[in-house]
Amino acid sequence: MGILEVKNVNKRFGGLQALGNVNLSIRENTVHAIIGPNGAGKSTLLNVLIGKLIPDTGSVMFDGQSVLGRQSYEICQMGISRVFQTPEIFGDLTVLENMMIPIFARRDGAFQMNVIGAATNEKTIIEQAEHVLESLNMADKRYFHSASMSRGDKRRLEIGMCLSQNPRLLLLDEPTAGMARADTNNTIDLLKQIKDERDITIAIIEHDMHVVFSLAERITVLAQGSPLVEDTPDKIKGHPKVREAYLGESA
Amino acid sequence: MLGLNKRDFTLLLIVIALAGLAPFLLNPFPEGSAMAQFNAGYPDLMQKFVIYGIFAIGFNILFGLTGYLSFGHAAFLGVGSYSCVWMFKLLGYNVMPGILLSILTSGIFAYLIGVVSLRRSGIYFSILTLAFAQMSFALAYSVLSNPKFNLTNGETGLQVYSNDPQWLHSADKPDLPHLFGLSMRATHEMQLGAWEFQFNVGYYLCAVIMVAAFYLSIRIFRSPFGMMLRAVKSNNTRMYYTGLNARPYTLAAFVISGMYAGLAGGLLSAVDPLAGAERMQWTASGEVVLMTILGGTGTLIGPVLGSGLIKYFENIFSKINDSVLHSWFSFLPDGMEDFMVTIVHPFVGKGWHLTLGALFVLIVIFLPGGLVQGGQKIRGLFTGRTEAEQAAADANQSTPAE
Amino acid sequence: MDAIILQILNGLDKGSAYALIALGLTLIFGTLGVVNFAHGAIFMLGAFCAVTLSKILTLSYLTIDETQVDFLGNPLKVKTPYVEHWFGQDVGAALIDWAVPLAILFSIPVMIAIGVIMERGLIKHFYKRPHADQILVTFGLAIVLQEIVKYYFGANPIPTPAPDMFRGSFDFSTFLGFEPNSVIYPIWRLIYFAFSALIIGAVFAFLQFTTFGMVVRAGMADRETVGLLGINIDRKFTIMFGIAAAVAGLAGVMYAPINAPNYHMGMDFLVLSFVVVVVGGMGSLPGAVAAGFLLGILESFASTTWATTTIPGINQIIIYLVAIIILLTRPRGLMGKKGVMED
Repeated sequence: MGILEVKNVNKRFGGLQALGNVNLSIRENTVHAIIGPNGAGKSTLLNVLIGKLIPDTGSVMFDGQSVLGRQSYEICQMGISRVFQTPEIFGDLTVLENMMIPIFARRDGAFQMNVIGAATNEKTIIEQAEHVLESLNMADKRYFHSASMSRGDKRRLEIGMCLSQNPRLLLLDEPTAGMARADTNNTIDLLKQIKDERDITIAIIEHDMHVVFSLAERITVLAQGSPLVEDTPDKIKGHPKVREAYLGESA
Repeated sequence: MLGLNKRDFTLLLIVIALAGLAPFLLNPFPEGSAMAQFNAGYPDLMQKFVIYGIFAIGFNILFGLTGYLSFGHAAFLGVGSYSCVWMFKLLGYNVMPGILLSILTSGIFAYLIGVVSLRRSGIYFSILTLAFAQMSFALAYSVLSNPKFNLTNGETGLQVYSNDPQWLHSADKPDLPHLFGLSMRATHEMQLGAWEFQFNVGYYLCAVIMVAAFYLSIRIFRSPFGMMLRAVKSNNTRMYYTGLNARPYTLAAFVISGMYAGLAGGLLSAVDPLAGAERMQWTASGEVVLMTILGGTGTLIGPVLGSGLIKYFENIFSKINDSVLHSWFSFLPDGMEDFMVTIVHPFVGKGWHLTLGALFVLIVIFLPGGLVQGGQKIRGLFTGRTEAEQAAADANQSTPAE
Repeated sequence: MDAIILQILNGLDKGSAYALIALGLTLIFGTLGVVNFAHGAIFMLGAFCAVTLSKILTLSYLTIDETQVDFLGNPLKVKTPYVEHWFGQDVGAALIDWAVPLAILFSIPVMIAIGVIMERGLIKHFYKRPHADQILVTFGLAIVLQEIVKYYFGANPIPTPAPDMFRGSFDFSTFLGFEPNSVIYPIWRLIYFAFSALIIGAVFAFLQFTTFGMVVRAGMADRETVGLLGINIDRKFTIMFGIAAAVAGLAGVMYAPINAPNYHMGMDFLVLSFVVVVVGGMGSLPGAVAAGFLLGILESFASTTWATTTIPGINQIIIYLVAIIILLTRPRGLMGKKGVMED
């Protein structure tokens, strides 16, 4: 029984079968990659996983609860954090403020919306935020305007913001898309470090095979809206079906 | 000091000084001189400066922090005005109950409108607030003014009549708005050589309230709540994926800013006990938007500067007539003089609204950051630093601010 | 029954105006992504095209008729319009009488020009700016336009009558099998409705059956992709803006005889037209038209004596009330598409 269970999910857009009978189980505390050629249904699947898109049939359960039809903030409160393809950060705010907001949102282990309560413990929040920034090696950038940073730094900040809420599942959507090689490697190192240090499940949707094979413990290959195989990276590399559908083309 | 960092405290002191010394500062020209027409230090106008300052400060809490552009804020101003006059009619001319009620009713009103309008964002929100304001205007202008149920007194405007109950009124109190017996109209005049300065009770009451409102707005801007609001403006998606429902925050901001508008409306009635529906018209809503962007959206001091400038120009421009224009351009040859007068004429006197509209367009095109940003650019030219560096330097000085 | 039909007919003229303005708003919003707060001002300018033409046609010179005296005993001054002088009395008088229909011809090029100048000169620079800036700049422009009109034409409404032959009313009653005179309706309003229907039909046909229209529809669906196809979409959008301006302008020209134009009529209509667009569903052309007629008719029902005595002033706020109810129940509007103006 995995932490995220996808059962019999079908989704049609008009005449196009975007997802066909998808069954997927992501085990707790693993790094699970979902790969596939363009148009394989990766983005659709991701949107289903975070409840943004409701499938025609099937269920998506996170830790025994359905995520379908929930607001995005409720999904996040269940313990799913999401990293976007283009880093979604608060561009008008400083790095420190960016980090403070998720900590405000989730204090004392629960989500609290109380504005007045937030005002009383601002100091401890700042301390915590600075602590997280130090662990990301970003403490010297804390007063930077976050929109003016490099893509790699924005990604680092975004991941940090997600982690500061102690999510149980971290969803990454092509985390290294559009990044320079050095930034990509930094991001891989950061994710490795996270995997080693925390009890966290990571689901990653990725194009870049270098990233996938350096991180993933399990890989699901999607093709034409359905899972083709699911296995460990070593087995996937040699799998004839995968070569045919995917690696054969890109190699 | 007072929970503010050094820069904000300095800003507060500047505003206090400006408000306190306004009777001097706004009357720089001696009485009877040719320039005296540019003086602004008389009670009516000074009251408008601070009252519209409150209105704009409140508007800025919504628009400046959350980016939600409301086109219906004049409705709250009107609701505040009506509430205050009703207190005059029922209780008597003491302004305190009126001001308190105007804050309360406009808050309730803002909550109701906010709950509906904030279901949508962006353009939808602007259109919805505009529609609500127009509806309120229609309500005040005709619907709620009929023989069976007369809440607003329609076209004439709501005012106090001699047969109104005024339960708390006693003979020793002035028969005009007063603060515990101190008439709003009481004015102390001071002659200093050729200069004349006027100190008006109504003005100083409004000024004190304005300073308090300004202080509160600094606290809101610097609080975690203010930071949340800026986060909503900056990136709504991330806000939601941080597990936060943005709506309670924006609704709170909307209600607070509606209460500011109601307070301003109440004060308008307190200094002149007459409330008319025209205060709720869309032009009034547009004016407060302009005040805020002229000064600088999202800055603390911007709305205060913007409202002062707009109200000052409104007053000065409205007073200019053709003979004034001819005297200005008299140095030009005759043909040129007439030509210039013809060009300028539509913009002055009754044409103030044309100037306002043109100003609107020009500011949005050339100075979207308002006067404050313009000032920063000029400062940047002198210190040779770019805006980004400036902002970084500013941020380093203050703790989690800016 | 006859009363119901009468109210429906009464609602058609306002409904037509709402529909035409909302149609233009939706076209501009759908293609350019700009909410045009100056669109009401364009409607108002259209009405003033009619006013201007009728003023031009009645430009007169004075002659003194020594044979007659006026009531003060002075020689009578006779005003003769130049057109009567030039074309003879009959043709001249007919021209003056037909000023409003003639203004249609006159207004089309004027309104297209105004629209294109607005788009090229101002709005073009705001495509990449935040929506708030677009709203503010068009709002400022609306104020400028209406104040200019106020400066030249004054603040009072200027009556601009329809041609003589259309001034009467038409009795529908016998057609429908009711008592005579139970359903009578001014002819001009009927013409207004027919004219609006024609324009709406023309716009839809244009979008449906021409290549230009196809590109515009594709652009409304996905602006970036069409740009990638190598089609100069900006130029097409400029023309689209001109067309939207002409539609609103024509709505204004023909509306002049129904309500004497004044400088703030544009803003009055704009706010309601926005409500119409929101109710119909942002970005949906059929929605805009349907909601325009629907709300116009509702307003006319709310204006009956029965309604106004039951709830005083209901006619002034009915549209807003309906809009609130619809938004609370169907946030996307009647025919709104998913993904248009959503978070």
